[in-house]
Amino acid sequence: MQLFGKRVPAAASLLVWALAWEIVGQAGLTALFPPLSSVMVKLAEIVAVPAFWDALALTARTYVTGTAIAIAAGTPIGLLMGRSQVADGLLLPWVNTFTSAPLSAMVPVIMALFGFGETTIVLTVILFAIWIIILDARAGARSISPSLVEMAAAFGATRWQAFSKIYLWAALPEILTGIRLGLIRAVKGVIIGQLLVSVVGFGHMFEIYSSNFLMEHMWALLLVLFALAFLIDALLARIERRIEYFAASRSP
Amino acid sequence: MAAVESAALAPATGAPQPVVEVRSVSKFYGGGVHALDAVSLEFREGQLTSLLGPSGCGKTTLLKIVAGLIPADGGEVRVKGRSVAGPGPERSFVFQDFALLPWATVLRNAAFGLELRGVPRTRREAVAAAQIAKVGLGGFEHKYPHELSGGMRQRVGLARALAIEADIILMDEPFSAVDEQTRRKFQEDLLELIARERKTFIFVTHSIEEAVYVSDRIALLTPRPGRVSQVIDVAVPRGADRDAIRRHPVYLDMVESIWGGLKQYVE
Repeated sequence: MQLFGKRVPAAASLLVWALAWEIVGQAGLTALFPPLSSVMVKLAEIVAVPAFWDALALTARTYVTGTAIAIAAGTPIGLLMGRSQVADGLLLPWVNTFTSAPLSAMVPVIMALFGFGETTIVLTVILFAIWIIILDARAGARSISPSLVEMAAAFGATRWQAFSKIYLWAALPEILTGIRLGLIRAVKGVIIGQLLVSVVGFGHMFEIYSSNFLMEHMWALLLVLFALAFLIDALLARIERRIEYFAASRSP
Repeated sequence: MAAVESAALAPATGAPQPVVEVRSVSKFYGGGVHALDAVSLEFREGQLTSLLGPSGCGKTTLLKIVAGLIPADGGEVRVKGRSVAGPGPERSFVFQDFALLPWATVLRNAAFGLELRGVPRTRREAVAAAQIAKVGLGGFEHKYPHELSGGMRQRVGLARALAIEADIILMDEPFSAVDEQTRRKFQEDLLELIARERKTFIFVTHSIEEAVYVSDRIALLTPRPGRVSQVIDVAVPRGADRDAIRRHPVYLDMVESIWGGLKQYVE
């Protein structure tokens, strides 16, 4: 970013908005916006509470479990759809529907079936993450060079060998893109799941803060969650840059 | 059973027995394209037979039918007297675009056919390393395909095809994606390979010069529908001097006469 002919770091815009927030807060225009400084003070308080660490642990646990299941199930399903017309015909309409559907509306259904515990949150994470993982693995499997497919057949690969030794690796760049997008969507899943269940984790904290109109607490918690999502995204982008080398060098 | 029968019925001549027989094979593609029309051909042991013709004559289709990669719509392919419907361990394939695994080293690529057969790692790597040395790639075992030139990649493809010890080597325009100089060296090396190994080579090419240079027999295919118009026994003497072949009057005359026959099919 250039400002008055000088280079300004992109993060500088955050400062401008933080300042605006502080001014609006100090002016006391609305009870919804307490000053940023008092939100930050509250943030330090919240972070010291055991309930916060319990919520963080629950979030981490459900996020890791849910995404692991979404990857482990979504990748083979996507590969299969990319290589088999029958599987594709059966599953693609559903995958497309769920990819664009308002998934939050599904969470109450999961809640009704699996209760208000961690299982529901794990399932919500899977529900948010899996569709894009399937779609990208499918796209990867479809873009495999036809001569590699013929090579597998000509040298007598079994179906399992073709998938595990050739298709999976040939589709890896697309699979990894899908996993990255899936992991980002899973962040939404793990938060929305907790908010809707609202008796465990951050959802429970939000419930307490909002029903008691504790705006400083709420903003502090929101900042934490945003920072968390941002951190995960940055981490994934780093990993992806390492993988790009492989993606670029894979075409023979 | 069938093999015994055909051997008993075959005339006792000195001519090599056909290892691969194509019997009135037909192929149609969607949209009414008649790719092959009742093609019959024999391929003999220790010989290289070229399928030569302009693009669209179905030569690659015929090769892939022999490989078992695509099904024929009529007729049959017999390998060593047995009718085949799919790929088999006695046939191996060299691809036009090499079809190497980009994430695997030269060594693993060359050993891949054996890996698929479940040959233990140390054994298959020993076999592959020997083949890599034979095709002139010794020292490149741990390179990746993208670190090699096109010609070197095709040598890996050839090593992979040889490593599984198939009796029949099917080659689909193997030298068309490499530069002219590399191609000439390849053609010379192929002559050595044919002389050294008692294998049946089926070779698809659209280059008349290449076909006359490397083949013992040439099957000329003509397009729409794909038919065998002529089978030519190549009688170019192949002495120790491989370059002399290209100047030999028989070589030059044969190239001319094939061109004369194919000219009418070229737009």
